[in-house]
Order: sequence, then structure tokens, then C-alpha cells
Amino acid sequence: MKPSPFTYHRPDSVGQALELLAAQPNARILAGGQSLMAMLNLRLASPEHLIDIGRIPGLAGISEEPDAIVIGAMTRQRDIERSALIAQHLPLLTQAIAHVGHQQTRNWGTVGGSLCHLDPTAEIPAVAMACDATLTVQSRRGLRVIAMADFPLAMMTPNIEADEMLVAIRFPKWPAKHGAGFAEFARRHGDFSIAAAAALVALDTAGNIARVSLTISGVAPTPLRLATAEQALAGKSPTPALLQGAAAALDAIDVMDDPFYPAWYRKRIATTVLGRALIGAVNAAQEKA
Amino acid sequence: MKRDAKPETKYFQSPVSRQEDPRLLTGNGRYLDDVDMPGALHAAFVRSAYAHATINGIDASAARTMDGVVAVYAAKDLAPHLASLRLPLGFPEGQLPDHVMNYVLTPNEAVHVGEALAVVVARSRAIAEDAVDAVLVDYTPLPAVVDAREVLDPKTPMSRLEINTNRYKTLDFGYGDCEPAFKNAAHVFKQELSIHRGLGSSMEGRGVLARFDPSTSEMTVWSSTQMSHELSHTIAHMLRLEENQVRVIAPDVGGAFGAKYLVYPEEIAIAAAAKMLAKPVKWVEDRREHFIAAIHERDQFWSLEIALDANAHILGVRGRLVHDQGAYAPHSYNVPYNAGTTLPGPYIIPNYKLEVVLAQTNKVPVIPVRGAGYPQSNFAMERLMDCAARELGLDRTEIRRRNLIPADRMPYITPLKNRAGTPIVYDSGDYLLAQTTALTAAGYGEFPARQIEARKRGKYIGIGIAQAVKGTGRGPFESARVRVSANGRVAVFTGALEMGQGIKTSLAQICADELGVSMDRVDVVAGDTGQVGYGLGGFASRQAITAGSSTLLAAREVKARAIKVGAHALGVPEVDLEIRAGEVCKKDSDETGIPLGKIASQLRGLPGYAFPPDVEVGLEATSMFRIDAMAYANAFHVCEVAVDIDTGGVEIQRYVAVQDCGKLINPKIAAGQVHGSIAHGIGNALFEWIGYNSEGQPITTTFADYLLPTACDVPHLEIIWLETPSPINPLGIKGAAEAGIVCVGSAIASAVENALEPFKVRIADLPITPVRLLELIDQGSGAAMAASENGTASPAR
Amino acid sequence: MSTHSVSLKINGSSVTAEVEDRTSLADFLRHGQRLTGTHLGCEHGVCGACTVLVDGRTARSCLMLAAQADGREVCTVESLGSPEALHPLQQAFWDHHGLQCGFCTSGILMTLVELLRENASPDEATVRAALSGNLCRCTGYQNIVAAALDAAAQLRALEKTA
Repeated sequence: MKPSPFTYHRPDSVGQALELLAAQPNARILAGGQSLMAMLNLRLASPEHLIDIGRIPGLAGISEEPDAIVIGAMTRQRDIERSALIAQHLPLLTQAIAHVGHQQTRNWGTVGGSLCHLDPTAEIPAVAMACDATLTVQSRRGLRVIAMADFPLAMMTPNIEADEMLVAIRFPKWPAKHGAGFAEFARRHGDFSIAAAAALVALDTAGNIARVSLTISGVAPTPLRLATAEQALAGKSPTPALLQGAAAALDAIDVMDDPFYPAWYRKRIATTVLGRALIGAVNAAQEKA
Repeated sequence: MKRDAKPETKYFQSPVSRQEDPRLLTGNGRYLDDVDMPGALHAAFVRSAYAHATINGIDASAARTMDGVVAVYAAKDLAPHLASLRLPLGFPEGQLPDHVMNYVLTPNEAVHVGEALAVVVARSRAIAEDAVDAVLVDYTPLPAVVDAREVLDPKTPMSRLEINTNRYKTLDFGYGDCEPAFKNAAHVFKQELSIHRGLGSSMEGRGVLARFDPSTSEMTVWSSTQMSHELSHTIAHMLRLEENQVRVIAPDVGGAFGAKYLVYPEEIAIAAAAKMLAKPVKWVEDRREHFIAAIHERDQFWSLEIALDANAHILGVRGRLVHDQGAYAPHSYNVPYNAGTTLPGPYIIPNYKLEVVLAQTNKVPVIPVRGAGYPQSNFAMERLMDCAARELGLDRTEIRRRNLIPADRMPYITPLKNRAGTPIVYDSGDYLLAQTTALTAAGYGEFPARQIEARKRGKYIGIGIAQAVKGTGRGPFESARVRVSANGRVAVFTGALEMGQGIKTSLAQICADELGVSMDRVDVVAGDTGQVGYGLGGFASRQAITAGSSTLLAAREVKARAIKVGAHALGVPEVDLEIRAGEVCKKDSDETGIPLGKIASQLRGLPGYAFPPDVEVGLEATSMFRIDAMAYANAFHVCEVAVDIDTGGVEIQRYVAVQDCGKLINPKIAAGQVHGSIAHGIGNALFEWIGYNSEGQPITTTFADYLLPTACDVPHLEIIWLETPSPINPLGIKGAAEAGIVCVGSAIASAVENALEPFKVRIADLPITPVRLLELIDQGSGAAMAASENGTASPAR
Repeated sequence: MSTHSVSLKINGSSVTAEVEDRTSLADFLRHGQRLTGTHLGCEHGVCGACTVLVDGRTARSCLMLAAQADGREVCTVESLGSPEALHPLQQAFWDHHGLQCGFCTSGILMTLVELLRENASPDEATVRAALSGNLCRCTGYQNIVAAALDAAAQLRALEKTA
């Protein structure tokens, strides 16, 4: 299984990368390669040009702003996994990243790569959705900032023009005492999940839900925020009955069907992981309170 | 540094470390793709994109002009160079029609996705694949037969144009008379069961490298194969070469499990290309090809009934097996034959009748994969036993005890016959002892209390059991040539094949013991047809018994010859001599003896000088130990599972396996075989599922879709050995390579049912998928489901 | 055919070579450098047989281009030991029968090198989780796990005496 022929480029600046992107119509960005190279080897994709952005300085890194954590697109998943900054401010991402593939793939796979690949079951896009992340893409025409909610256009189709490249992702911080919960079900350790849920909960001083974010992946072509469930939970006391009721939001979704997992099963798994993530987030918030 | 290098140690039944390991551990293995051949060209195949289609034409014109492409051959290009386009029968004439054999390259009608239609030879594999993409095949798609049960309907379109039935054949097995047995039975229970397609999935795929020397007409072929001699004969026949002009060498083989136990079209095509081009040609299978062109197995549908008397003694078993044979039957019907003759297992079954329909479908052909039909029949029989136990309110182990063949009935002559026409005889085994040993070790009696506790906490745990027998050591022979060199090293040349199961070390142990030399002076060369004239290879858990016995006998002959020479040279009677540390010397004496190497030199002869009297030339001997009966290993497994009723996920929490493989040449190697077998069984029970859509398109063609068990899915396995030596071979051994896999699916199914008894879940199909479990749990608990909200029940699969 | 020049370290030695753009690191190591200890089991990044260390981190060499390894340090199984001088991991695998056909073994050894470097005292569950990205069809993993735990103990003992 060898890829179709292509020309490999390794620009040393964003500017050079963008020049190449603009000049070559059938080009793909090579970041970590953990998804793209498998597709190329299987000849599921046949770009004529591969632009390796792996050595461009400044594209990888985790930095803190007062209200957000900014992650460079080339940041390796492994560095996310081990980052104390992320563990402190984005515990949801720390929880989720443990489920992304295996150590060998996290060593080289990138946050940006996962976001642009947009596999319907992928954990990082689900977390970005949960956190209302904003993505910065760059082209020769300048910068463009996209809300994560607007980033997936369709299954595995990101809101990126042919001449644009993702450079950074900004994750707004939640209050320090918030609780994060991530749950998924996969057949084997490290497999693509069948469904995954990401929950963020902040409690008020009375112990009621002040703010909640609920995201489900694996049931639709793109990760979904469950806005109606969030609204139903806001301001309420997090009783088991209330939390279980959040799953009703899944009824409104036209769940994906495929030869391996029928829609009803995906929905059942989604219900289960949603409950586990939400309860996990509430517990974590209550412990910190 | 070898920690256990001890001269003069008795090696048989000793857990010595393997000789081959230091090389393999340090990256010095030589698997097929590692074999260096300067100037070799690389091949890729054009494979059918349709499950069933006529091939109107193959246009390779664009491909042939690509830079780096040397040749593109379709069937019509190879035909003049081959004795026939079809491979020769792999089984006795008359069993099945000729058309069940695959083509080297298919000329007119493709009958499964992945079938080889043309071969591209190029400077590199990457260029060859580019050229494959540029070959245009003009297909007319035809209806495909995908579900084997469709062949029961005469209105189903033909899976191949040249036939007028989708049944290769119908086989009938049986004895006694089921009619009155069932009519008068106190109890009759039915089961509809299925086991789904799986494959060998060795970590190394297939591969072949062929080199032809036009001046001598010598063809040398390296192939990652389980059967070098068969391949060699077939290449000679197909390319119209003399048998002595073809040499097949098996390099290090990265696992096989049946996937390499066939002379494949690709092997012939590559050899032909090498001959036509007079250049070495190499083909290394990629993973996708392994899924769509290397053999599959397991696919079967069983409809069975069991009749019992008032005391739960089996009166009869009858029914029908629909066996999915795929598009070709290159090994005839040996898998369904095994399934049909092994259904009775370890039980006394007075009356038996099984109709076996061999279904011809538009999918990859089926030949044995590890287990060879036994896992399927075991699943069927063990499900019947569990069903009967449940309905009669008996413990699952009790119903088995009442029906097991007792140890004092060994050797037990079953009423069934093997393919050669001779009775199937269980040579030895204490099935009851296997059961009691396993149940005690597993704490079976204490489990119900633990289960009750767990259920109170909302946890669903279960315990399952299953019992199995496995025929091993299939004959008619395997070869061993034992030869001592002038430097005193001993070589064992064998037609047996090494594919990870440690046969080389095992044979070295046997030879070293018999010859009285240290094991590190013994080299085993396996699977090279240039070194030994006859052989059959590795399959059916046969090589320890067959090659082991041949090695023993050949070594014995070498020893006798050496002692004879020594007796003459030392002037003492033979009985006073032995071989110690590589020397023929007097027993109970410290006097220096005669090194074996010196005797070997003598027996090479020195023209003009006296040759030792009454001995043959050469310190070597060849044995082809003949055996037709099989030695029966047996097993009893106990398995504990935990089921997550929210996801349908199954976790195996404990696994106890009692295995009787007779005497063990090497307990460490034997345990490794059982570990691997059980892991493969866990794969078939919970994970492995080869999918085809309704048009016969394979949908599981990568490791992302076809799930092999990982280190997190196989628990720590507790293996307990019983030893009932086999009386039918000189070593008293039984094969260990497959005995562990036979009852794994059954034990896990039994455990899952036990765990989900509150929901009345019945497991009738393998693999046990989470989707299916949730369906069954929902049916059993009467919960509303999305499907049933529509007023329809879940479809039974 | 598009090519690039690469300069990298392989098992401690500097190597400069011209590689075809689409050549994987695995194929470059195996055929370009005749280091055939690294094996290809799937070429889509699941089986782990091709695992090597790149800049000290495990990588699936079937998913990395040779060109991407330019300027990096690659370690393959050949760097661990020789038949006369086995690495403690290799010795442990030998003692515990941790390999059968050996095809997945080099990838597993490299994975364990990284694990034991980061965690000198893993328990069985940790070892199994670390191995979940390496498929083995022969062994059922049991003896591999035993070998890994034994090697960890051996390496800890060596550390103490060092």
C-alpha cells in the first residue's frame, strides 16, 4: 500500500507554506501525518503536493492568556497530554486526549491535524466544540477567526479554503472551580469511539448549575452541542433525575447509521456516555466547591 | 548469552529457550521481504472490483507505457507459459469438479472481490501500484451470492455462470437411526446457530520471490508458505519444469494460521513472470490484499436438534449445516468435513445425522484457519448442551458429565470415518478429569454466590464452561533427515515449516536427546525442498508428532550407525557404548571417545582406504514416520465475564484452561501455543467479523475495521496441563497448536448467557457483538427500543 | 519522480541519502538502509509492527515519510543489542518465550523501550495499555507482559548498581 506519487515540500515559514498552498491546486498540508498518511497509503486521497509544516517555527506551543489557553496547530497531542497548564485550565482536554489513539500516534499527531481531519468520532473536535474554541486560519489574504460551531461544514469538511491553513486554536477558560467530564465507548483501548460526550459544569454558590456545556460526537457527521439540554439544565439543582433527563436532547438528532453500528445503537451509547460525562463533570465541580 | 546452555541435559519435556530467538530479537530475522535479491522487480496485482462480473477486456496499454513498468500480464499472456490456467486439484479426483480450483489469473469471470486478474511487474512496488490503477478492466457486473443460506433457494442467481447450482456438494454424515431416537425421546431441543467469517491475519502477509536461471532452467522460489513441497511440485507442473529444477525455500515466516496453507494463484503468477522475464520478481502482499485474497474460514449456519432421555442422556443429534465455502474450494471440503465429523466432540452420541450443504458464494475461498472447522462444531454442540441443561434445570457441567466418553473406554472408536475412510478413533484422554480439574481451579462452585452479590450492585457477571477434543498430528507423514558433519554439528533437515510455533527448537530437543549431543550443536533447517525430498508442511497441529517422530527415528538410526562404527574402532561390543557430549564412548568410563564428527568424516569414504564394515555411507539417516490416525488432544475451559448492559461491552475477567496435549516436548512453547490459540478464540468470540455488503463488497479491509484482540482484551490465562500420553506415536505427544482455540467461543458464549440470565439472553451467534447484546437484553427485558417504537421487533441475525 | 536529500542519524550513525518523496521511513530503513528488523504489517498505522524511535519518541514508521525524518535521530531494533549482547528486554523476551514468529517483536520492543524509560515500575495493567497499539497474533500477549515486567525489574536493578 504505497501512496500515489506526490511532490514533498517543507517550507520553513508560514508565508512559504501559504505561497505553496496558493500555487498548487491539489495540495494537502502534512502535520502529524497520523491520519493523512494512512489515507495516502490506502489511496483514499491522492494529492499531488504535500506541504510539511512540521518544522515551521512558532506553529507549536501552549500559551496562556488571561481568559484563554492558546494552542498552536502543530502542537503534538503528547505535549497536550503532559501539559500542566492544560491540566489546570482545560481538564476536559486532558481527560479526552488519553483516549486519542495510542502513545505512538499521540507522539506525532497534532491538535490542528485532528481538527482539520474532523473525523465524526474524534475527541479533540468534540472538546473544541464543548469549549467554544475559536480557530485561526491564515492565508495570503490574512487571518480569519472561526468559531468552532461554524468550523465543521459537513462530515470531515472543515471551514478552510484551499489556500488557508489552521495556525492556532484558542480555548476560552472556564471558571477555576468548574468540573469537566469526558466519556466514550470504544471496542478496544485506543480505538475510534462509537460515541463520546464532553461536559463542562460550573456550579453557583447554592450548588445549582450556573453554566453547562454538553457536546456529543459519533451520532452525527460532526460533533454537536446539545443547546436545548444545556438550557434545560441551567439554573437547576443537579439531581440524578435531572441529569438523566439531559439525554432527551438526543431524540432530536437524526443519528448516523452504518453497517457496523446502527443508529439506535449509536444513540444508546450516546445516552450512556452523555450521562457518564455529565455526572463526572458535576462530581468534579462539587468536589472543588 | 544463553542462560540455560547445559550439555548432556535431557531436553524432552524441558522448557528450554528457543534457538531462533536471539536472531529474531535483534532484527536479524529474514522474512520474505527481507530476502535481498539485487535486480529484483516488484509486482502488484489487478484485482476484481466486483464480487461477480464477466470480464470483457483488460486494457493495460496505458499501464505498459508508464516509466518503470516492465510488464503487465493478464490470463491470456500467461496461458502459453502454463500447463493450465487453473491450478491443479488440491485433493483427490472425483471429490469435486475441476472448476472449484482457482485460476492463476482469472480470464473471463470474476467471482469474488479481490480475485487476481492481472499482474504488473515494475521497478518498485509503488510504481507497480500506480500501474495497477492505470489498468482498465471492462466488467459487466452480475448478481452476487453473499449470504450462504441463499443457496438453499433455487431461485437465487448462480454465483458462477458455468454452474447450475450454488451448492458445490451436499455431504451426509451419520450413523444409527435418528428417526425413532427423536420420536421416542423424552426431550428434544432445537438451536439455530451461526459463526461468522474470520481469517488467519498473520502479522506478516503472504509473499513470494522467484528467480529463474534460463541456462539451467532452475527456478528458486522463496515463499512465506506452510507447504514448500506442495508449492514446489505445483510450480514444476504448472511451468512445465522438472521437479528437481524447482527449489522452494521458506524463509522466516511471520505467522500463518492457515492463511499460507495453500498454493496460491499469486505464487504461480510470480514464478511464471520470473521465468518469462528471466529476472527475479518479488511480490509482498499488503494488508488490504490479505483481507480480500488470502483465505477465510469460520462462516457457518447450523440448524440442530438434540434428543435426550429422561435422565439427560443424549439419544441423538441431527440437523443441517450450511457451510459458506466461498467462490472456490481449493482444498475440497475439508473444513465442513471436519465440522461434520467433530460435532459429537467428547460425548457419547448413539444416533447422528447431519446434512452439510457446501454453499458456493461470491466471497473469498475457505480453507482451514487455526481450528479448522472444530471451533464451529464445538460451538454448535456446546450450545446444544447448555440449552438442554437450562431447559432441564441441570447444571451445565452435570449434563456433560452424564454424556462424556469415560476414560476407561479409550481408545474410543467413533462410528465416524475420516476423509481417508478409516474410523475416527480417540486414542486417549480423560475428559472427566479435565472437567473436574478445571472446575476446581476456577472455583466454579463458589461463583453463584459472587454472582448474586454482584447483581445486587447492578453488575452482571457470568461464568461459562466448554469442553473440546481436537484431532492432531495429521499424517500421512513428515520428513526428517539427520546428518552429522565433519565438525560434529548435527543438522536436521525437515519438510516441516517454522512459522513461530517453535518446531525447530522442538526438533533440536528431540535430536539432541536421542543423539546425546548438546542442543546448541544442532541446527534445524525447515521448509527447504532442496534439502529434503519429501514433506507436507505445517497445518493441523501435526508437526510435533510427525516431524518429531521422524526426527527421533532418524536420530536413533544415526546413533546406531555411529555406535556400530565406534564398536568396530574401539573393539568393544555395541551395548557397552553410548554417545556422550558428542562422542561415542564407553559407558561408565572416563576414556576419551570418538567424536561424532570423526565418524562422519570416515563415513564419507576415502578412496583407496578401508570403509568401516557393515555400515551405510554417511553419518545420516532419513525417516518419514508414517501415521494415519490422529492423536486427540482435549480441553476444558472456564471463563468469567462481566457485561456492561449499557453498552453491550464484554470483559473477560478470568480464564482457566485445562489442556491435555499428551507429553509436551517443550512446556514453554506449548503454553505459548495455547495462549495464542485462546487469544485467537477470543477474537472470533467477541471481535473478529469479516463484513460483506449485499453486493459482495468487503467492508472490513483494514485493521481499523477488522478487530484483532489487543493486550487489553486478552486477560491473563491460567493454563493447567493434563498429560494422557498418546499411544500412537513414539513420543506420546499430541499437537498443541490448535487445541486451545476449539472451545473458546463456546465458553465465552456460555459465560455471557450466564451473566445475562435475568434478561433471558440466548447466545446463538459468534462474534458476540455489543450491538447484538443490547438487542437481546432489550428483547429480554421488554424495554421499549427505537425499533420497537415503530412496531417492528429487532431483526434476528 | 520527485526526490529529496535527507541527512539524519540512524542508530547513532550519520546517514545522507536521496529518497523518493513518497517513500515511507519504514521502506527507507528496510530497503534503503538494509535495516530489515523493522517490519510492515499493515501500512495504515494500526498494527505497530513498524514502530521505531524518532527523536526518542515511538513512531509508526509506515506513517512517516523518509523526508520527514531529515535532521532527526532514528533508533531501530538493531540499536538495542546483538545476539551476543542482548539488551535486558531482549534477554527477558528470550527467557519468557515472549515471541513466536517474531514479526511484531521489534515494534513491541521499541514501544517497551519508551515505556520503561518513562515509567521504570509499571504494573501489568500499565504494560498492557502501553502495548495496546501493537498487535500480536501468535502469543496472546501473556509472555510479552511477563517479559516486560521482568525486564523492568532487571533495568531497575541495573540502575541501582550503576
